[in-house]
Amino acid sequence: MKRNIPLILAFISGMLVIISEFIPHYPFGLIEETLTGWFMIVSSFAILLGQISLISANINRVVEKSQNWQYYLAGLISFAVMVTVGLLWGMENTPGILGQGASIAAKLGSKPFDYIFEYAYMPLASTMFALLAFYIASAAYRAFIIRNFESNLLMITAVIVILGRTSFATALTSWIPKSLTLLHLPELTDFIMQYPNTAAQRAIMISAALGVIGSSLRIILGIERSYLGGGK
Amino acid sequence: MKFVKLIAVCLLLWISVAGEAQEFEAIDFPWDNGSALLLRWKLDPSRDSLSLQKPDSLGIYREFFNEFSQSGECKDGDLVSDTQYKYRLIAYAADRTDSLVLEASAKPRQQWFAMGKLSFLILLIVICAAILYFIWSARRGKDLFIRRISGLDSMEEAIGRATEKGKPILFVPGISDLDDIQTIAALNILNHLAFKSAEYNTDLIVPCRFSMVLSAARETVKEAYLRAGKPDQYREENIFYVTDDQFGYVAGVDGIMVREQPAANFFLGAFWAESLILTETGFGTGAIQTAGTGQPHQIPFFVVSCDYTLIGEELFAASAYLSRDPHQLGSLKGHDFGKLLVILLILLGIVMEIAGLAWFKQFFVGGN
Repeated sequence: MKRNIPLILAFISGMLVIISEFIPHYPFGLIEETLTGWFMIVSSFAILLGQISLISANINRVVEKSQNWQYYLAGLISFAVMVTVGLLWGMENTPGILGQGASIAAKLGSKPFDYIFEYAYMPLASTMFALLAFYIASAAYRAFIIRNFESNLLMITAVIVILGRTSFATALTSWIPKSLTLLHLPELTDFIMQYPNTAAQRAIMISAALGVIGSSLRIILGIERSYLGGGK
Repeated sequence: MKFVKLIAVCLLLWISVAGEAQEFEAIDFPWDNGSALLLRWKLDPSRDSLSLQKPDSLGIYREFFNEFSQSGECKDGDLVSDTQYKYRLIAYAADRTDSLVLEASAKPRQQWFAMGKLSFLILLIVICAAILYFIWSARRGKDLFIRRISGLDSMEEAIGRATEKGKPILFVPGISDLDDIQTIAALNILNHLAFKSAEYNTDLIVPCRFSMVLSAARETVKEAYLRAGKPDQYREENIFYVTDDQFGYVAGVDGIMVREQPAANFFLGAFWAESLILTETGFGTGAIQTAGTGQPHQIPFFVVSCDYTLIGEELFAASAYLSRDPHQLGSLKGHDFGKLLVILLILLGIVMEIAGLAWFKQFFVGGN
């Protein structure tokens, strides 16, 4: 019973969503929206589970004084501070327990929650995102090392695309006659991005879509049960 | 003779009246959910601009469209079904003489079938029928050839390496919530991976971005350890919530990789901008890395920085492939049939377009 009820629910909801895609008439047209709403409600209850997991995992590490326990303590303190200031004075448009906190907001320029968010959290998130630039460089360096025919091809294409995206490319190939316009680096770059690149991406998207159909069908029919914590 | 003249005059009058009546019409937008009307007009060449108006809540007509064409149409959306809507078309003359004012009204109606999606329905039925046929064939004992997926074959090698080194395995189930099929596919793979790691007595770390994923991942891993006959080795604290925030999550997982130094990393599920940050950090720690996603833009990053990459459909096929269950393997054969069908349709589409038969492409483009 514990196994069959989720399978029946998965079958009914899966079939309803598929049917509603092709029947715009009420009530079918609202099914997807309704199910998404239900998912949001269930998700909001599950948030508590996440918070409990976060607090217990961090407290255990701090209590056990495991390696680098200071980081876990920093995480707990950050969490506690954000929850406290959020509860006390609220956020930009929402009041907290102590109201809008106008006096503090006047000193800081914004509410404490928004202040910490903007001046502590945002720079940290931007720093993480900025790492991407350096990682792209290191990954590209490894990818462009010529080892075989494919990596050779990749490197040549990459050089064309990288050069083609700069203003230098126009100067470099401006001497090529207009009849051979495709050989101008910006044109060649556009060609590579528009045709071979788009074709490859669409092939992946089509294959992923087929995978989604197969996977969904296995789940709807109850053939695939691993996600329920079960085997065959 | 007088009688004939009278009939002729009446006929001319009727034609002119009927002609004017057909210049502007409002009709229900076909095959939709009753939220739109289609407005069509046909003006004589003396007109050079137009104003399409509808009354607001106070009954005052307001312009909402003014792009001129001699004959054209305009879709008015976000309407309430079974409600009467009035429209007014004012057509201005090029020589600044009298303007022509035409009125029309209609009710949008809900339809029982989205005809614009007929091609999708046919394709869906054909592909689903193929998948079901191959599952049925597999059930009857037919031997089906399934091509090897090296990224999945290497899973055991990666777990073995982690066991030898006495290091844990890191599994990242993407950064999407449980309503994304890629996350479900990742959890299916996690089930197999957890079973293997239980057999090898290797720790499995699963940091989650969403509470729903955390709950499902815990249940999946717990069941796998039970199935492997080692429920005592299941450690709930190894499957934990990090944060909902994208880059906060990345920072957390990067920290785990640097501190715990897992010998094998698995990045399976939906990934966006963080994909390369995660995998390059993993590369830096020297872990053997397997990644897979359905996001085409992230696949190049994974290919460059991981040892094995599951591309597109392979992520969704992984669970069936790893289970070695003939019923599930049958569905993979159905995927291959789908690919063959798409290739044939693309080739046929090219031929039809060259032949000037645009209806074929239009049928598959669909609408609504």
